[in-house]
Amino acid sequence: MSTIYILWIRQVKRYLRSKSRIIGSLMQPILFLIALGYGFGSIYQKAGEGNYIEFLAPGIIGMSIIFTSVFSGMEVIWDRQFGFLKETLVAPVSRFNIMLGRTLGGATVATVQGLVVFIIAIIVGFRFDNFLAVPILVLVMLLTALLFTAIGTIIASFLEDMQGFHLVVSFLIMPLFFLSGALFPFQEAPRAIQIFAMFNPLSYGVDAMRGLLTNQYYFGLGTDLIVLFLVTFVFLSIGSYSFSKIQA
Amino acid sequence: MSVIEVRNLTKVFDDITAVDDISFDIEEGEIFAFLGPNGAGKSTTIKMLTTLTSLTKGQIILNGFDPVKNPNEVRKSFGIVFQDHSLDDELTARENMEFHGVLYGVDKKLRRKRMEELLKMMDLWDRKDDLVKKFSGGMKRRLEIARGLLHHPKVFFLDEPTLGLDPQTRNHMWNYLKDLNKREGTTIFFTTHYMQEAELYAQRIAIIDQGKIIASGSADDLKNQTKTDSLEDAFLELTGKEIREEVGSGLDRMRMFHNKKSK
Repeated sequence: MSTIYILWIRQVKRYLRSKSRIIGSLMQPILFLIALGYGFGSIYQKAGEGNYIEFLAPGIIGMSIIFTSVFSGMEVIWDRQFGFLKETLVAPVSRFNIMLGRTLGGATVATVQGLVVFIIAIIVGFRFDNFLAVPILVLVMLLTALLFTAIGTIIASFLEDMQGFHLVVSFLIMPLFFLSGALFPFQEAPRAIQIFAMFNPLSYGVDAMRGLLTNQYYFGLGTDLIVLFLVTFVFLSIGSYSFSKIQA
Repeated sequence: MSVIEVRNLTKVFDDITAVDDISFDIEEGEIFAFLGPNGAGKSTTIKMLTTLTSLTKGQIILNGFDPVKNPNEVRKSFGIVFQDHSLDDELTARENMEFHGVLYGVDKKLRRKRMEELLKMMDLWDRKDDLVKKFSGGMKRRLEIARGLLHHPKVFFLDEPTLGLDPQTRNHMWNYLKDLNKREGTTIFFTTHYMQEAELYAQRIAIIDQGKIIASGSADDLKNQTKTDSLEDAFLELTGKEIREEVGSGLDRMRMFHNKKSK
């Protein structure tokens, strides 16, 4: 337990100490909320879909979570380059616990980041009425964050250095984000996009968050939670396997 | 009783043989020096002994356990000071020590007591709450050693621990290690380029060159064997006078590249 805790607190401390990372990673969601939220707001309204910020905000929370958590998972690469990974790999602690501590730490950071974006969205004009849903919202955020931190860890065990990060952003994070229902509703989207969305785990996270806050579901909360739990479990298992195979 | 048994150990990176069929035993409580020119295979051997790298062929038994089959049991048996940087720069000196102590299950009271003792010994106590990224190279090295000594394992690996340390700190470190060796029977396995250090502290020495152990015995044995007066001369006699810079010859460059790749 104490070993998981010390790995967790390390991730959190590193995040809190890197002010540039905090500010940098908040700028993008703010920009999306303002530019897209206000830019498309009137068109969305004219199309008879209602308030766009209300639709968009949960998607942007999802975006900030996926970016932060994949990056946190990939921090393993930095630890390897700076030599610190060796220190954890020779310790008499099971690789599973190391991976779990790190992943929980990364997921905590991403969840906190998501909550900050949530607050920013409220400042920008997002309104919701279902306050009782907030605890479940946090759970959904945490599950989504765990899932993508694990994915980041899996990627890290294949990549040599952070230079591959842009590749990951372009070929994984961006497609998953744009086709997750974060920006537009699936109901009237082409069939191909609907099918892709079904296989995109982020869709379920965004759907659950949006549903909880504004009661607009595409899959339904039950489906969202079951899929998130299952997929998170699968990726945590794969993540701990690939972490156990890392050589320093 | 041997605490480390190595049989026909081999490590091949693609087509480069970094460690070539070496065998040796280290007795419990022994202070053992592993010497060799740059790129001879010292660090690769240590990596295999400490579960950081897989082995291509052969067998290792450390404290009764096989690192391939029982890595966790092996990890419980040793401590290591790495040759290269292994601190978290974004944490303070104290946090780095705490992290290590918790991972190695050193209980809180003992951890705090030793931390103070070791940081004072390494002249870092005043800087304990500073982030490591603000430290100079020498301070980081001292902190790595202090951290390595925080838990008291059965076998201690020190990969060029004194590189870049001033004689005073070297002296403190060795006094601490000798004391640990005497009081707790800790086995010490170290590499160094300071022949004097090996002569002074090691009971037994093995010399590795191009992946093979070419000589072993006490410092006196090696001197007698080569008919030289100092370990330095014996070492040069055995390994030749040609400089093995790690980026020197083509083979070394290849080896460097492969080592890097395997990191």
